Amino acid sequence: MNWNLFVTELTAGITHGCVYALIALGYSMVYGILKLLNFAHGDIYMVGSFIGLGIINGFGGATNVHINVVLMLFLMFAAAMLGGGLLGVMIERFAYRRLRSAPRIAPLITALGVSFFLENAAQLILGAQQQSYNSFSWPSSPIALNGFVLPAQVHVSYAQIIVVAGTIVLVIALTLFVQRTQTGKAMRAVSFDREAAAMMGIDVDHVIVVTFFIGSALAGAAGVFNCISYQQVFPTMGFQAGLFAFTAAVVGGIGNLPGSVLGGLLIGLAEAFSIGYISSTFSQAIVFAILIAVMLVRPSGLLGRAVVQKV
Amino acid sequence: MDGGKDIPPVPAPDEARAPKVGVDEWVASHGERREQRAGLVGRVQTELERVPRPAFYLSFGIAAAFLPVFTNNGYIIRVGFDTLLYMLLALGLNIVVGYAGLLDLGYVAFYGFGAFGYAMLASPKFGLHWDTLLIIPVVVVASAILGLLVALPSRRLLGDYLAIVTLFFGQFFVTVYQNGNHISVLGLTRGYDVTGGPNGIPNVDNFDLGGLKISSLQGYFYTALIIFMLALLVVYLVDQSRTGRAWRSLREDPLAAELMGMPVNRLKLVAFAFGAAIAGLTGTLFAGLNTAVFSADFDVPTLIIVYAMLILGGAGSLGGVILGALVVNVSLEVLRTPGHATWIFYVVLAATLLVKVRPWKWLAIVAGGTLGLGYAAHAIVSSAWPSSVGGQTSVGGTLGSFLQGWVLHPTNPRIVGNITFVILVLAVLGLTLLHDWQRRLAMIPTICLAAFVWENRLVVEPSITRLILIGVILIVLMNARPQGLLGSARVEIV
Repeated sequence: MNWNLFVTELTAGITHGCVYALIALGYSMVYGILKLLNFAHGDIYMVGSFIGLGIINGFGGATNVHINVVLMLFLMFAAAMLGGGLLGVMIERFAYRRLRSAPRIAPLITALGVSFFLENAAQLILGAQQQSYNSFSWPSSPIALNGFVLPAQVHVSYAQIIVVAGTIVLVIALTLFVQRTQTGKAMRAVSFDREAAAMMGIDVDHVIVVTFFIGSALAGAAGVFNCISYQQVFPTMGFQAGLFAFTAAVVGGIGNLPGSVLGGLLIGLAEAFSIGYISSTFSQAIVFAILIAVMLVRPSGLLGRAVVQKV
Repeated sequence: MDGGKDIPPVPAPDEARAPKVGVDEWVASHGERREQRAGLVGRVQTELERVPRPAFYLSFGIAAAFLPVFTNNGYIIRVGFDTLLYMLLALGLNIVVGYAGLLDLGYVAFYGFGAFGYAMLASPKFGLHWDTLLIIPVVVVASAILGLLVALPSRRLLGDYLAIVTLFFGQFFVTVYQNGNHISVLGLTRGYDVTGGPNGIPNVDNFDLGGLKISSLQGYFYTALIIFMLALLVVYLVDQSRTGRAWRSLREDPLAAELMGMPVNRLKLVAFAFGAAIAGLTGTLFAGLNTAVFSADFDVPTLIIVYAMLILGGAGSLGGVILGALVVNVSLEVLRTPGHATWIFYVVLAATLLVKVRPWKWLAIVAGGTLGLGYAAHAIVSSAWPSSVGGQTSVGGTLGSFLQGWVLHPTNPRIVGNITFVILVLAVLGLTLLHDWQRRLAMIPTICLAAFVWENRLVVEPSITRLILIGVILIVLMNARPQGLLGSARVEIV
């Protein structure tokens, strides 16, 4: 057995899986609260990665960053999360809010339109070509090259470590927020029963805005993470990432936050191993097959509970 | 939350306007509707409603049949043919989305399946040259079966899951079409060339209907028209039937439909298969005229365009399908030429103002203010930076010289155009938050900004502008008029 290939795909899968997990968390939160499949979520991820690129270019380009690299990483994340979050809140306010009581299909089609609009507006403004992202140095050579070597001669870069560590921090912060704070409690209540929560005096609009902000901020952070380790940005990158992340959310059990993380890792690993061992062009088909299999065997996802529909 | 001390007082019910118990809104507004019908317009409206629907469809067919008689222009007939294809696609999608209320995002995969199916069975690719009259039923039945297979795993699930499964399926199909030049069975056999990969399948045969070879554009136009009218008739009859009523009840409330004893799962599958069959049929027509098929024609942009047609016309309405495809496809074609596109842009802008801004006094203020602000900005900025008027507008004639003096055309508009595009989006969003006089006043700078962005950025990149507009159509229509142009609004029981 070729251990080098196996461990390489394992690390790549975990890195990519972390990115999917972050996007899936936002999908899952929005779905849990509004029962809305927000197709535009993947495009927020795209916008987040372009914001990160803008910060790098703003501080002298990737090769000669003229501020401290840690400070720049912090700025990239802060800007991408803030920008992504605000974009998510705007989308909610202007595109979805009026459709809350409309038939289910109306917000879905609107979400499709928002996603299409964002993708093409990004193409208009930024151009359709791929732009290259990273390779800023830390401490001496580019972070995608610099790192350490695992057994079996597998190279792990600092970029991958930043992605995994950053994801863990964000997931813990989110869990604490949802479990321990007043707003987090309100979010869980609205997700459980919006009408009853409103009668208990919870400001539902406010909770939904907060949910969109946090979910979209996570997608913005995921955009920066992805680009630190994979180095390419282009306007249509959000589509497939959104699709995979949604699959991750469904596989883990939609509306269930630990499930989304589990699903994200699973999808990332499945994609990496199918690229390594089967075929790079058909990795999408394999993820699709996983989705179908989970929906046939366990429609509520791996960690989700079956919901009894009440009239 | 502070314990509800800011709860607004319940407004006293307006006796005259409040619906009575047991009377829905529609009945309650009976008097209002009667009054609206007065006058000449009302008379015409009332008379038009008496005409049976099929008469409208038939008159559309007759009118369309005269198109090749009036013009020999190959381009116009080609646009007509494409519009008919889009009408067929929208007709099929109308069954799935409009009648049954299922969101099918893999719809264009069936279209591609039909096109590739025809191309494989009637081209030198595999040396097969089947009779068209045999291929069409085979492809249509195969598409329907494929539709059944796709809907099968998701039939018990909510609409959202169906959407994502079909979206994946559509993407999967595009991947197969694109990489189909070396497909091997689970990596065990050697790679077979099935779809030609990025090169597509060239040299596809023309239609051959039992000895009648169709090779001219006119011939295809009439074939497409006849097929469309037949499909329209079938769909109309199905819509009037028991199945059609069952679909609509499924769309309105799946749970209630199930409780009424309707076979919900079977209805969903039938709707899916029906839509897929029409898409497959359309695909054969597409392949027959173009004599070559490529995977890029069956990707997400096509899907969104068909959705925009359906939504604009009104999902669930057959007349809406015709109107939506006509309006969207013709405007997309017009947008290809910058000169024409600019005309359309200003005419639509003016018409929107004319319809939406009332009373007349305000219309005069907004129009005058817009003109004045444009000229003022032009005068001030051009005297400060001469390079801000170095560019050219894309139309000639009176409109061109007017625009040259009214809108700024910087020599190098790319960056400033991009920034103003973002500002314009924010400004338009801001407009929706304002009301009454504030909104009307805010319109003035927004329109000037829109003209600037249009002249300097949007008209320069027609292919992206088209797609942006499609996205905007979907968002705006869903928020402002979800029933589309011809659909009927849902009657909510009070």
